[in-house]
Amino acid sequence: MASLRDIKNRITSTKKTSQITKAMEMVSSSKWNRGVQNAKAFVPYMEKIQEVTFSIAMGAKDANHPMLNSRPVKKTGYLVITSDRGLAGAFNSNVIRQVYQTIQKRHKSNDEFAIIAIGRVGRDFFTKQGMNVMLEITGVADQPSFTEIKDIASSTVGMFADGTFDELYVYYSHYVSAISQEVTEKKLLPLTDMEAPTKLTSYEFEPNAEEILEVLLPQYAESLIYGSLLDSKASEHAARMNAMKNATDNANELINSLSLSYNRARQAAITQEITEIVGGAAALE
Amino acid sequence: MKTMKVNVVTPDGPVYESDVEMVSTKAQTGELGIMPGHIPMVAPLEIGAVRLIKDGKTDLVAVSGGFLEVRPDTVTVLAQTAEKSNDIDVERAMRAKERAEQRLREKQQENVDFKRAELALRRAINRISIAQGK
Repeated sequence: MASLRDIKNRITSTKKTSQITKAMEMVSSSKWNRGVQNAKAFVPYMEKIQEVTFSIAMGAKDANHPMLNSRPVKKTGYLVITSDRGLAGAFNSNVIRQVYQTIQKRHKSNDEFAIIAIGRVGRDFFTKQGMNVMLEITGVADQPSFTEIKDIASSTVGMFADGTFDELYVYYSHYVSAISQEVTEKKLLPLTDMEAPTKLTSYEFEPNAEEILEVLLPQYAESLIYGSLLDSKASEHAARMNAMKNATDNANELINSLSLSYNRARQAAITQEITEIVGGAAALE
Repeated sequence: MKTMKVNVVTPDGPVYESDVEMVSTKAQTGELGIMPGHIPMVAPLEIGAVRLIKDGKTDLVAVSGGFLEVRPDTVTVLAQTAEKSNDIDVERAMRAKERAEQRLREKQQENVDFKRAELALRRAINRISIAQGK
């Protein structure tokens, strides 16, 4: 049986750990709140640009653009969004596992795909695996602004445009609720699976549909990337909040059971002392 | 006077929302003035100001490119960045301007950087001139 002092030490250190995890939980919960708000603020823009893009792409059938047509796939791009830091439960490993498995299933050689990594964890993993990480960005703020990822988003879209790869998938953790996030695969480019909007508006184009698509489609694709990032950030903070909450709960449980054995050991020591005294007194008689 | 709803939205959230009498801005094809009842239209915008005229007063919003979507009773500006004139961080714009100018002086040879620096310079100049109310 562990000595009294050992147990006491363990209790103190577990208490300190639980204070830290508790603090981290609170930090994550406030970041999570802001993250959800950011994702919400993005919705009006996304809805509007989607509506306009679809109306134009559907409405102007004669207008064509490389980003709307699928071409034979020689190389596939995977945009993987993870976090920079761990301590978020299975948040990163879920995303990475799915990407890794998909790649193993779909491709035989490393030349058939390219990875674009947002977030340190994903980048480190794929670099270590010796996979082709073409673009990377780490250190994205917890509340990312559009300008921060504008560069990587437009170079990604540019790589599709110049034929570096012929299709682009994005993998990220979609925020469902505070306790549930699911890994989502979305085909970003080419924009083939567009649902027709409910109300089609026929627009006048200034100057013409093609030139508008030329500007609009890249902007649309960049917004999709940004939207995925916001979504992923919201679920990252939710996942971390949960992980930290579990850690705190576990620590408290451990403290409870440790205090119990501490009290037991203390009681045993007292009982033993009394027995010894009584025994000693009896021996004197 | 008749008014229409105007929304300026960016990925970071809505920037401007109001009823105005007229919207005037510079599209890639030239200056555009839009009044209520305009036919549906889409036009890409230049880096510049969107002027929103209401009760004889003009609100200015700085946009860095983007789109103008017009419907008879609503106008939506979809821009990647946009700021109202009194929200502009002039100091930051000044710094961006200096940076861009310096880059333009240094890297006259490389075309890609040149283009980006030029755009950055135009955005910075646009912000500064709008913040100072023209």
